[in-house]
Amino acid sequence: MPINPDIVGRALEPTAPYLVGREKIREFSRAVFATNPINLDPAAAQAAGYRDVVAPPTFPIVIQQLTLDQLLAEPDAGIDFSRVVHGDQRFSYTRPIVAGDELTGRLTVTSVKTLAGNSMVTAETVVADASGEHVVTAISTLVVRAED
Amino acid sequence: MTGSTDLGTLAVGDVVAEAAFPLTRDSLVRYAGASGDFNPIHYRDDVAVSVGLPGVLAHGMLTMGLAVQPVSDWVGDPGRILDYQVRFTRPVVVDPESGAEVLVVAKVGKLDTEAGQARIDLTVTVGEQTVLGKAQALVRL
Repeated sequence: MPINPDIVGRALEPTAPYLVGREKIREFSRAVFATNPINLDPAAAQAAGYRDVVAPPTFPIVIQQLTLDQLLAEPDAGIDFSRVVHGDQRFSYTRPIVAGDELTGRLTVTSVKTLAGNSMVTAETVVADASGEHVVTAISTLVVRAED
Repeated sequence: MTGSTDLGTLAVGDVVAEAAFPLTRDSLVRYAGASGDFNPIHYRDDVAVSVGLPGVLAHGMLTMGLAVQPVSDWVGDPGRILDYQVRFTRPVVVDPESGAEVLVVAKVGKLDTEAGQARIDLTVTVGEQTVLGKAQALVRL
């Protein structure tokens, strides 16, 4: 089943607030081989002017994933999860994520294309903090492989 | 290895950082837990093979995540990274015994001295083959 082209422009409900924990940032940092003390050590982060440890650049995927799960669950989207591969990914930052941030993500579908039997959906998730200020926009293109 | 971050002495084509990341199956399990991405193609050979893959693959987001670390170390503060994008062009197969080694070379792709920004282009390879395309980080210097 191809992706439903009518979902272009659809904005989903914002996700429930996600409280970014210090240990979560340290765990994620170790998993992506981040060794910068700003990612791991609150004192080093504070010396660099941050409130607490700073998340590595790809951490916003954790919030974006919550919104992509919402999209995959849309009954009329027609996205077959078992055939999805990640095509490309982008993050545009206003500021890095810091432990203690309470973040929400809101996804908008920006494009649906079909090419050689494969469907591609591009979704943009705007991540904002508790005061509503922009933190980062995460853009994913998912490719839904053609049926064999 | 990291080079100078002085915008005045940088030139397009300069290698500013490079690093090698040895991935094992343990790395994939660790990333799965940290990120919440528990797709079994990243830890179960039988599932990977059943969906037509050559073997267990590294998460694309793990490759993207580690590839920017040399840049993050070079600029000193992850907050100086303004934009980061990649295209996932080739899967990284992680052998259960020998793993896979991901090599990252970061070069200056473009300089904007007025804005104090540089575009850093990443070449990310496993066994001589590039695995990411258009891997670019925009940094403030």
